Amino acid sequence: MWDYSEKVKDHFFHPRNVGDIENPDAVGEVGSLACGDALKLMLKLDKSERIVDVKFKTFGCGSAIASASALTEMVKGKTLAEAAKITDNDIAEYLNGLPEQKMHCSVMGREALEAAIANYRGLKIEKPVDEGIIVCKCFGVTDNKIAHEIREHKLTTIEQVTNYCKAGGGCRSCHPQIQAIIDEIWQKEKEKVMIEKARKPAKKLTNIQKMKLIQETIERDIRPALQSDGGDIELFDVDGDRVMVSFRGSCVECPSSKVTLKSTVEAKLREFVTDTLIVEEVAS
Amino acid sequence: MKVVYTDNNATTMVAPEVVEAMLPYFREYYGNPSSMHTFGGQVAKKIDTARQQVAELIGANPEEIVFTSCGTESDNAAIWGILRANPHKRHIVTSRVEHPAVYNLCKYLAQSGYHVTELGVDSNGMLNLNELADAVREDTAIVSIMYANNETGVIFPIEEIGSIVKQKGSILHTDAVQAVGKIPLDLSKSTIDLLTLSGHKLHAPKGVGALFVRKGITFSPFIIGGHQEKNRRGGTENVPSIIGLGKACELAKKFMSEENTRVKQLRDKLENEMLKRAPDPRVNGHRTQRLPNTTNLSFEFVEGEAILLLLNEKGICASSGSACTSGSLEPSHVLRAMGVPFTAVHGSIRLSLSRYNTMDDVDYIIEHLPPILRRLREISPYGRETKVKEQTERISARA
Repeated sequence: MWDYSEKVKDHFFHPRNVGDIENPDAVGEVGSLACGDALKLMLKLDKSERIVDVKFKTFGCGSAIASASALTEMVKGKTLAEAAKITDNDIAEYLNGLPEQKMHCSVMGREALEAAIANYRGLKIEKPVDEGIIVCKCFGVTDNKIAHEIREHKLTTIEQVTNYCKAGGGCRSCHPQIQAIIDEIWQKEKEKVMIEKARKPAKKLTNIQKMKLIQETIERDIRPALQSDGGDIELFDVDGDRVMVSFRGSCVECPSSKVTLKSTVEAKLREFVTDTLIVEEVAS
Repeated sequence: MKVVYTDNNATTMVAPEVVEAMLPYFREYYGNPSSMHTFGGQVAKKIDTARQQVAELIGANPEEIVFTSCGTESDNAAIWGILRANPHKRHIVTSRVEHPAVYNLCKYLAQSGYHVTELGVDSNGMLNLNELADAVREDTAIVSIMYANNETGVIFPIEEIGSIVKQKGSILHTDAVQAVGKIPLDLSKSTIDLLTLSGHKLHAPKGVGALFVRKGITFSPFIIGGHQEKNRRGGTENVPSIIGLGKACELAKKFMSEENTRVKQLRDKLENEMLKRAPDPRVNGHRTQRLPNTTNLSFEFVEGEAILLLLNEKGICASSGSACTSGSLEPSHVLRAMGVPFTAVHGSIRLSLSRYNTMDDVDYIIEHLPPILRRLREISPYGRETKVKEQTERISARA
């Protein structure tokens, strides 16, 4: 049973603005039958580009219908310029939250709106996210779209990427490619951090700063790599320069985890925290 | 609120007689069946009775029954038990439509260095037996094929499968969780070597199952511990639940003919009326080689989770093979293996009855489900036009 908010349920059981508009000024269509959800958004505008009427039709689950209904209520009375500022998070917030696995429903709402605005402006649907190379063949998701969601929502795992844009939710054969996109994006971020770090004069860290930095480094640079191999790592304790960690998942039985400990975990922590750290494994 | 429970392939109501039979083993007879004193020892005798009751339902010898904690444990115990007893054999044959207890275990074994052959099914959900015969090799340790499918109710010709497996000198395990109690089984005249059954699918409580291990089959225990279950499953017996499972099996035997007459008639009426009244329906799975209680229906252009939520509002409990209800984005692996079109997989609903369902229940669903489907069709941007359009596009693309 999904844990839907009262507002999601209300918009699902009593969807607002269902139907068609005759001669709409703008139409946005996203999704498909094969994907399992689709949304058609129709807008009627006045001379000042204010949305005077809006209707939708949705094929999809409870939260897809609720997200579409919420979107129509949100854009009504707004100008196109104002409506264009609505994000998927705004839709989810309007509904008092969506389950994590259902975030792609609000993404679909935002995309339909973008498509409708582009349609009105007479632009060829200006969605760089639709161009690029198809990574997830099951749901037809491109690398650009995946990268967009990763940056927009600071996603670090394949599972999160699936929640936001469905990529990787089918046969899973694209998981290595998704992981590569995640790695590439955060590698660039990391380089930025390194440049920043190089600019800063090295200062002695307080214990709290050190622990925080260790934790951040594990989250950003170590955990995603281990998780992609089915493993995980927990920070157990920090005592002076001794960092105690324990491995989880497939790392526990992995014969090369000792090597990983020194070559990855310790190396990364020395790189980003201080170069005197010694990493030790404690039994989990 | 009125509750119409038609999700019996997920779990069943514990029969009142079963609850009554169990209660003394919480309150009075709490002894350990392994104890030397009479207080505990008398409980061991009652476990023997339960073992007898389970054996009678499936035509087995009582000593061939091992009590476990659930169907998943029985499946794991069967497959691991045979693999460990035959370490030189590294090949497993299974099907693409197994329950996750077998399906995911075989996936895990494939990653751990075993060779796994997964047999596909046709659009009716049936296996190709020639393919099976080709798949079984000299180093095949075990063939694990379900008796009846949990999603569609399709029954596999398990005895034909068994004789092929025997000819090839391998061992047959069958997950019969959905079959036991619904259709008659007689293991005294069977080619099955190991069989899984689960309590909560036949009106016993959750947390108890059994594994039939044919006499003469070399089998290593999955849970290693004490001498319980003749060294085939360690751990102090879950006494009340085992007593409950025994009682439930006795009742299942008694109600077997009702299951295949009255319950089947209810299912058939429900299915036929839905085919008549619902927009764009189809039945998934073989219409006759099927459990008497299950119907898996697809309604095109609507999505399963939305149907379930609206049914839930009317107090009707059902399941769906739609992606949104699976906890992942992947729709039912069973329906996809059958080649059911995506449009129909997303809008699939499983209704599974039991002897506790009535004609009123069926009439209630027949009254409420079609309006729900029509309501979702009104919201849906797709309809028959889409289908025609898609087909034309496909044809023109081909030309």
